[in-house]
Amino acid sequence: MITDSVTTHNLARTLREHALRMVHAVNASHIGTCLSMADIIAVLYSGVLHLNPADPTLPDRDRLILSKGHGAAILYAALAETGFFPVDELNTYCRENSRLMGHISHHVPGVEVSTGSLGHGLSFGTGMALACKRDNSNWRVFVILSDGELDEGSNWEPILFAPHHQLDNLVAIVDYNKIQSFGTVEEVLSLEPLRAKWEAFGWEVREVDGHDHAALTESLSSIPFKTGKPSVLIAHTVKGKGVSYMENSLAWHYRSPNDELLTQALDELGCGE
Amino acid sequence: MRTRFIETLCRLAAQDERIWLVCGDLGYSVLEVFRDRFPNRYLNAGVAEQNMTTMAAGLAHSGKIVYTYSIANFPVMRCLEQIRNDVCYHNLPVKVVAVGGGLAYGTQGYSHHGVEDLAVTRVLPNMTVFAPGDPWEAECVTEAAANIPGPCYIRLGKAGEPNVHNCRPNFEIGKILTVKNGTDITLLSTGGMLVTALTCASLLEDKGISAQVLSSPSLQPFDIDSMHNIGMSTKHIATLEEHAEGGLATIVAEQIAFENLDIKLIPFRLQRNPTTVAGSQEHLRSLHSLSPERIVSRIYKWFPE
Repeated sequence: MITDSVTTHNLARTLREHALRMVHAVNASHIGTCLSMADIIAVLYSGVLHLNPADPTLPDRDRLILSKGHGAAILYAALAETGFFPVDELNTYCRENSRLMGHISHHVPGVEVSTGSLGHGLSFGTGMALACKRDNSNWRVFVILSDGELDEGSNWEPILFAPHHQLDNLVAIVDYNKIQSFGTVEEVLSLEPLRAKWEAFGWEVREVDGHDHAALTESLSSIPFKTGKPSVLIAHTVKGKGVSYMENSLAWHYRSPNDELLTQALDELGCGE
Repeated sequence: MRTRFIETLCRLAAQDERIWLVCGDLGYSVLEVFRDRFPNRYLNAGVAEQNMTTMAAGLAHSGKIVYTYSIANFPVMRCLEQIRNDVCYHNLPVKVVAVGGGLAYGTQGYSHHGVEDLAVTRVLPNMTVFAPGDPWEAECVTEAAANIPGPCYIRLGKAGEPNVHNCRPNFEIGKILTVKNGTDITLLSTGGMLVTALTCASLLEDKGISAQVLSSPSLQPFDIDSMHNIGMSTKHIATLEEHAEGGLATIVAEQIAFENLDIKLIPFRLQRNPTTVAGSQEHLRSLHSLSPERIVSRIYKWFPE
């Protein structure tokens, strides 16, 4: 069941607003990476993922792993908005004793796996997908990776493994915003030709504008892209998407908006006060 | 030990279909029996220990009990963060099995010596750490691991170790086993040094020194009650381990300090410097002063005529 694009756009805007308010409140990092994948998360949590917030450990649920665990704020927002825990709890993000840690934590309802150290999530998801296959079950595993994360050699082990074992219930989504921790991907460690690399390893690849909800919905509703092969969706995104002064800026991997900049950001997103 | 391990694991797997075995492309002439009998629960992850370990976490997250298997340091050191973050922090039932711990792969050189594994695994949260001393103990810890709902580390010897216990010992997780009684000194061994401990005890008997021999297949949790008993009996303890700093001697020293015990300790363990020459396990042990003769010569100094 896929909801219409008006709904997904409304959710994406709400998630962006939450993430901005959350990082602003505690002067946290990583708003740029949250905004780059906001649309991907909104589409996934608008009906692509088969989940039941009332029963987050249902055996046949789809699994989502945020391997780029530093984008926690936007996923916490999505889980709260879809009923896994109260929206009010988002106000505790990164505060003393909050379970909403700065990197994603599985102690939060709806979060499958804690990450934060990059290069772990895809292997975790591969193990899950293999268990599912061997049990003749039908759930899927979605793993969201950052582009910079692909520097980690550990990713290329499951990238090699999953096609060999024909894990077509495994989906990798690359949030390809072209900026990593200390420079652009091109400057630091180029991934290109990224599509050809995944293809050479045996994945079925699609590329998409990671902010085009219709395209995201269409692709993520077509899993597997090809029977017998794992799927990877390379989502071309803009770091800081939706806030003019954050877009394509390395600084907003680290900075948090002050009151004035928060107001501007919310105005640009059409959130208002 | 590895033979008893795989026999035991096959028996367990026949009884519990949650049990899986995942190897890192090692296990020739050992693992085939499991592979052939339980092909749907066997996996060769390839020469990729990081992926092996985190996939095992993913399998365990999906309801499996997963034994990962490779040799010496490979399933531990190469993938230590995967063990820490993905297995231990998630408290998942992944059982990391290292075959040929210590200097068992002696002639292969120090890339294949697993001599820091106990130190790094015992400090990980939720982790239970075993180093069995003979095939009987290997069987006991393999079974125990299946019933522990969280992570375990099992350091096995290689092959051909003799049975030290006459029959299945009265094993309990976190408890020390008495192998031989004695009154003057306690020789406390972990892992494959158990045979050496018995040889030392025999040499000491020849000099009129009565040695108790204990085996500690469990390092985490550790048997604190036994430490209190030693404090009230022999009051002298020699620890024997094929491991560098941070293992058994360190654990015992911590307990002596924390529990304020009246025990004198001599640690027999590997020197910190890596072993840079080839040699049999026995020869390399002797280079680290772990031959029975060197051990007892140091112990004699505690007992002047």
